[in-house]
Amino acid sequence: MAKQPKKQLPDDPDTTGHEWDGIQEFNNPLPRWWLWTLYATIVWAVIYSIAYPAWPGISSATAGVMGWSTRANVANDIAAAEAANADINARLAEVELTEISADPELSGYATSAGAAVFKTWCAQCHGSGAAGAKGYPNLLDNDWLWGGDIEAIHATVKHGIRNEEDGDARYSEMPAFGEMLEKEELSAVTNYVISLSGTPQDPAQVEAGQTVFMDNCASCHGDEGLGDRDQGAPNLADAIWLYGGDYDTVLQTVTYSRYGVMPPWSTRLTEAEIRAVSSYVHQLGGGE
Amino acid sequence: MADSQPDAPKSLYAAREPIFPKKVYGPFRNLKWVIMAVTLGIYYLTPWIRWDRGPNLPDQAVLVDLANRRFFFFWIEIWPHEFYFVAGLLVMAGLGLFLFTSALGRVWCGYACPQTVWTDLFILVERWIEGDRNARLRLHRQKKWDFRKFRLRMIKWITWLLIAMATGGAWVFYFADAPTLLVDLFTLNAHMVAYSTVAILTGTTFLFGGFAREQICIYACPWPRIQAAMMDEDTLVVGYREWRGEPRKHSEATKAGEPQGDCIDCMACVNVCPVGIDIRDGQQLECITCALCIDACDDIMAKIGKPRGLIDYMALTDEVSERAGKDPKPILKHILRPRTIMYTALWSLVGFGLLFALFIRADIEMTVAPVRNPTYVTLADGTIRNTYEVRLLNKHGEERPFHITVAGDLTIRLELEGVPYSTVIVPADTTFNQRVYLQAPANSAPALAESTDVRLWVEDTTNGERAYKDTVFNGRGN
Repeated sequence: MAKQPKKQLPDDPDTTGHEWDGIQEFNNPLPRWWLWTLYATIVWAVIYSIAYPAWPGISSATAGVMGWSTRANVANDIAAAEAANADINARLAEVELTEISADPELSGYATSAGAAVFKTWCAQCHGSGAAGAKGYPNLLDNDWLWGGDIEAIHATVKHGIRNEEDGDARYSEMPAFGEMLEKEELSAVTNYVISLSGTPQDPAQVEAGQTVFMDNCASCHGDEGLGDRDQGAPNLADAIWLYGGDYDTVLQTVTYSRYGVMPPWSTRLTEAEIRAVSSYVHQLGGGE
Repeated sequence: MADSQPDAPKSLYAAREPIFPKKVYGPFRNLKWVIMAVTLGIYYLTPWIRWDRGPNLPDQAVLVDLANRRFFFFWIEIWPHEFYFVAGLLVMAGLGLFLFTSALGRVWCGYACPQTVWTDLFILVERWIEGDRNARLRLHRQKKWDFRKFRLRMIKWITWLLIAMATGGAWVFYFADAPTLLVDLFTLNAHMVAYSTVAILTGTTFLFGGFAREQICIYACPWPRIQAAMMDEDTLVVGYREWRGEPRKHSEATKAGEPQGDCIDCMACVNVCPVGIDIRDGQQLECITCALCIDACDDIMAKIGKPRGLIDYMALTDEVSERAGKDPKPILKHILRPRTIMYTALWSLVGFGLLFALFIRADIEMTVAPVRNPTYVTLADGTIRNTYEVRLLNKHGEERPFHITVAGDLTIRLELEGVPYSTVIVPADTTFNQRVYLQAPANSAPALAESTDVRLWVEDTTNGERAYKDTVFNGRGN
């Protein structure tokens, strides 16, 4: 059979002419589909960068003709959520406070919404689990400085405590007895206060302290140290200490006094939000 | 060398060869009609079966309620956390498929697979409208689209489309109340998801059953490839008794004067094959063992006065022993072998496990999540309180009173948030969240201990059904 010179075999394609140590580089064409896909992505990129925010400028990027913006989307989502809750928020803001817990729909909404408000605005001081910290009351227990029914909690949240922004803020001030009493008297009354909650102390000190207590403290904290919610005077006879119940801490409290402050939330939250977070705190376990 | 060089590289794409299966009569064809009627009947009619579950629950016997996350199957109601039942059924389906494949080859593919059943139905429609194999071949080869061809094609495609729409339509009925959805679908009130699901399933059924057919089995479906691993020389498959049929008529051997075998090369087996193969070439990947060639060949054998079974269900070992003049193994011996017995045992094991789980499953359930932030709260009188987020599951169709108690330490008392008694009413078929407080008096053992094991019990006070969860009570630890 006569051998014909083959020009180009299909499986013997062009080379680029590059050769290293006998190794040649094929010059295979790109597959058609691959090439068209590449062109399609280029066309797509041009259309996309016109339609959507893309090209960076000095202070901002091109806005894109579609007017699409993540910030606007979030704002729209928030507005939509608020619009969806508008009716129930209006109801929550108007209803009698004591009736919230009787209405399952309202109390369910208030508790869920209140939990979100609490974690946003209250958790910084009172803790995410509402267990409080030194100087910041634990909201889970049944010991309340200013009252633990829904109306008292609502008033506390709305106006705050000992702040200067709200004229209706709860206010009282414990004197710093370090300036008024002798050192022995301070020591004696400290022992007496600690003994009120059942911790045994030196009887002589306790007896001396009782006299000091009756003269100086009982007007606010009561003869038996049970406190007075009208003045935010803590109950000294229970198991709960806001700042600590050891000798040094109580002595410090008596000597220098305490001045716990809570901001008024009416300036930052809506009435519905205040009521929601009040309902949430009320159902944490200690509500009255 | 030069001659062996191909002139063009072989294309990786092979165009589909159209197949025009001829009509066939016989026991296997009849069996396939029955199976088609039963499977399609189950598929189309199941959503319409009603089942009374009381006023609060849907009355559809089989319903996948995605919105409320419930699966209803007659008297069984599956909640999302019981999804293992569905997983178990899938495992059983898998093992069942292994069992049938190792015993009977691709019997699933040949008789019960939806692709086969719908293709069979579509071919039936095609035959009614366009005629049998030869008429369809003529119509296919006719280049000119005259009125007759156009009319026949249109009627066929519209009929296919209607069947396809009924298929997609039936599918969505499993996910919503069927009568309501049917009305909604026609009054354009149904959800977009329903329409798009119907549209997608209509499209796939139309394409797969009408045009792709055996291409799905050969190229798209992974199951034929996996099945090879399930089959062995004892598996019953459709085969050709070569020792009996060859040399066939028209072959080189018979032309040279050798005595002719039973095969008269009438091509009946090839003409009826829905996947377009010649079974006489031996076992092939394409063969779905639909057994139609057996019917076709038996018919011819009867006509020429030869015994049936030139093409037959047989195992590979039978072919060998028959060729040697020995009797084949009885079918039962093929089927009963360690492999199939093991698959049966595994299948039954999973099945009994699921049945057991189904019977011991309670209609009352509880989950308990202790609150860890903080681990405990000291109350004014020194009482130590632990809080638990309890979820109560009422799987009944009516509301029930659930009574919660605590066991483990006599000093621990139980209280429920917002409820004066320790009984709550849980609405029908819901999960109810209830905060539970456990309280130990100051200086009691659990209050002082680091932690105390406790058990929460929940009981339906009407019928005494109860469930428990173990948890711990955290004390002051001093």
